[in-house]
Amino acid sequence: MFQVLVQKMFDHLDPVKLIFGRLTWEALPLHVPIVLGTMIAVMLGGLALVAVITYNRLWGYLWHEWFTSIDHKKIGIMYIVLGLVMLLRGFSDAIMMRAQQAMSFGANNGFLPPEHYDQVFTAHGVIMIFFVAMPLITGIMNFVIPLQIGARDVAFPFLNNFSFWMTAAGTVLVMLSLFVGEFARTGWLAYPPLSGIAASPDVGVDYYIWSLQIAGVGTLLSGINLLVTIIKMRAPGMSLMKMPMFVWTALCTNVLIVAAFPVLTAVLALLSLDRYVGTNFFTTTLGGNAMMYVNLIWIWGHPEVYILILPAFGIFSEVTSTFSRKRLFGYTSMVYATIVITVLAYLVWLHHFFTMGSGASVNSFFGITTMIISIPTGAKIFNWLFTMYRGRITFSVPMLWTIGFMVTFTIGGMTGVLLAVPPADFVLHNSLFLIAHFHNVIIGGVLFGLFAGINYWFPKAFGFKLDEFWGKCSFWFWITGFYFAFMPLYVLGLMGVTRRLSHFDDPSLQIWFEIAAFGAFLVLLGIVSMLIQFYVSFRRREQLRDVTGDPWDGRTLEWATSSPPPSYNFAFTPLVHEVDAWWQMKHAGYKRPTEGFIAIHMPKNTAAGIFLGGLSALFGFAMIWHMWALMIVSFVALLAVAIGHTFNYKRDFHIPADEVVRTEAARTTLLANHV
Amino acid sequence: MSDTHAHAIASDAHASGPLQFHLTHEHHSENGTLLGFWMYLMSDCLIFACLFAVYGVLGRSYAGGPSGADVFELPLVALNTSMLLLSSITYGFGILEMQRNRLRPMLVWLGITGLFGLAFLSLEMYEFLHLIHEGNGPQRSAFLSSFFTLVGTHGLHVTFGIVWLITLMVQTGKLGLTTENKRRLMCLSMFWHFLDVVWIGVFTFVYLMGVLK
Repeated sequence: MFQVLVQKMFDHLDPVKLIFGRLTWEALPLHVPIVLGTMIAVMLGGLALVAVITYNRLWGYLWHEWFTSIDHKKIGIMYIVLGLVMLLRGFSDAIMMRAQQAMSFGANNGFLPPEHYDQVFTAHGVIMIFFVAMPLITGIMNFVIPLQIGARDVAFPFLNNFSFWMTAAGTVLVMLSLFVGEFARTGWLAYPPLSGIAASPDVGVDYYIWSLQIAGVGTLLSGINLLVTIIKMRAPGMSLMKMPMFVWTALCTNVLIVAAFPVLTAVLALLSLDRYVGTNFFTTTLGGNAMMYVNLIWIWGHPEVYILILPAFGIFSEVTSTFSRKRLFGYTSMVYATIVITVLAYLVWLHHFFTMGSGASVNSFFGITTMIISIPTGAKIFNWLFTMYRGRITFSVPMLWTIGFMVTFTIGGMTGVLLAVPPADFVLHNSLFLIAHFHNVIIGGVLFGLFAGINYWFPKAFGFKLDEFWGKCSFWFWITGFYFAFMPLYVLGLMGVTRRLSHFDDPSLQIWFEIAAFGAFLVLLGIVSMLIQFYVSFRRREQLRDVTGDPWDGRTLEWATSSPPPSYNFAFTPLVHEVDAWWQMKHAGYKRPTEGFIAIHMPKNTAAGIFLGGLSALFGFAMIWHMWALMIVSFVALLAVAIGHTFNYKRDFHIPADEVVRTEAARTTLLANHV
Repeated sequence: MSDTHAHAIASDAHASGPLQFHLTHEHHSENGTLLGFWMYLMSDCLIFACLFAVYGVLGRSYAGGPSGADVFELPLVALNTSMLLLSSITYGFGILEMQRNRLRPMLVWLGITGLFGLAFLSLEMYEFLHLIHEGNGPQRSAFLSSFFTLVGTHGLHVTFGIVWLITLMVQTGKLGLTTENKRRLMCLSMFWHFLDVVWIGVFTFVYLMGVLK
């Protein structure tokens, strides 16, 4: 194996090849106007950003306060910013596809040639799952979990920073593929033999592999980190059954991450071996078996969708009980429903390829396990409904997203049960019905949950609420846009239209695609409204200021501290007696301590994470382009920095007591002036 | 935090008047490194599980090439296995010395462990190069692809283990047996024994069952 690699490396001992591999000027999109335009726009935007940061002398601030920070709140916010930026990229891909499909009928070929269209739908899927949904979920978990369990940070603060930069490194590679070379044309799971070296000899699949492998390291480590945080660092008194619901769902999600992501790592490694070394895992010759790839990747892929949805369920639980002014209905059943979903997540993967031909018994087993999942999920929906029942509901933005979710997700769930019936799946497999179904649950479930979460915890993170008007605009545009965009796809799917087509012959279908494109336009307005919402809220921040730290009359511990919380979160570690710990504290007339503060033990910032992330991106880039010299250099550098970092034993410090006194006194004054 | 502990706190608070809602002293939660490392090992174990499964599926896809019975040399593998098993024992002796706070004997045992590890790797390298030389490289058939990958991934782990071992020997040599260094030694210990367990699986399922006709 090594010999072949070495042989390949030194095949042509041409120094130019050794340094640049297969990277040439041809890789730049100089002859593709759309991409060239985008590239110029992104470069100008990037330059403008750099100029603004430099002009305002913000580099030092960004470096010391954010990039090297090991504060879980700041890392959480960086994850969320990353996810939102990538949402814009992923959505640009979406609206391009909608436009292409709406116009590409008969003689009109639209504006995207097929090889470009294939990259667009692949990039859309990859980006939305790995670089939008995952960073947003991880970001919210990072921000919220330590606050909700009354901890000062996560269990491994440096690892947290490192995980973020690995995710960022993966993102950089995906974005780079837009301008240097090309992205995979294989669909978001890159099935072989299409993704094999014979059918995809260019760099597209390699970009796919390395961006996911590098980001995957970050995801796995953050999964372990948050698990240990939840298990070991809960405030005294917070037994498992007194954890806030969001912490429970996060616990289950992180169990799923730790138990699923290694499978993705393994299967992508095998695909890389097929591509780089010439092994025969998934080839059509010499004994390879491509269906094994499909099995393995869905053993990761199905748990992945629960990794995304469970934290969203947690967010809805928090939002529903807060805005209904009631404790969550059926807490225990909610916990068990979550656990049942976690376990079942591993027993359904084959429903993604019923048509493989495993036979009736295997298909029935997976069909039935799939249908069973709707039972705990249904229990959850009823729990939320009963929480709202006779509650004093405030229809604030997070609550709107929650109600929108309940309706939308139920529809998506029902079409899911329909697809779980193997004979029906044989008809609907790979059709637009499937596309409509999973967008129905991912947008209506995950994304709505994330938006509810962002609106709900924004004041905690930044100290002021988000503007309600623009938030409501965003909600209404999104939800109507969603229905306009995806209901037509159900219709088209039932009529037999398959996914991933860039051109159609039958003009009678066009109207449905036009409606769908209109829906995408409404979603665009929803996204724009959200950006306006951030801008307007920032401008009106003095009016929207949250001085109490508890803007929603919340129930869990994160609302017990100030908004934004001090770096140490809580001056004194809280003692917990009930699920709704903060609610109980408020009702027991708890007085915030104003004296007796002590020094607080905290972890120190470090730049090792950003260096390791940067070197990993470089290493990935070298692997993609077969730049063997750079590969060796960056790998050795990675190892050196990693080992060097382990020689740093001074990783913590104490926040002196008088600094705590000052911070807390400032809050006392603020509270006194506003009550 | 166990339920009983929680109740103890709650009833303590009841006993001494109104409920207490915060601690007045600095709270230190238990260090989670060993738990976290254990979780990492389990995730790594899943990678091996995938590779074993892949070997299970492809292990008889010879594509007209050699089978395990044709290419495996059990005496060599037996020698190799004993190197790795001995290295686990010597690491164990090292940990015993660590617990007695005896730095120098511990370093000696770790050094021996590293040498056993290197011997294991050299034998594996020899086996691989020999196979490739005979034209039975990983490209030859799906069976050989999965064989090289499973065994090679294990070997890669041992390589990283040795790099880590050397790093830790330098660190303990410089800074002594501090709490932190002891914790790191325990992590490497888990890692090293874990690789041993995986190897026993490889030895059984790949080599022993591979030579069965």
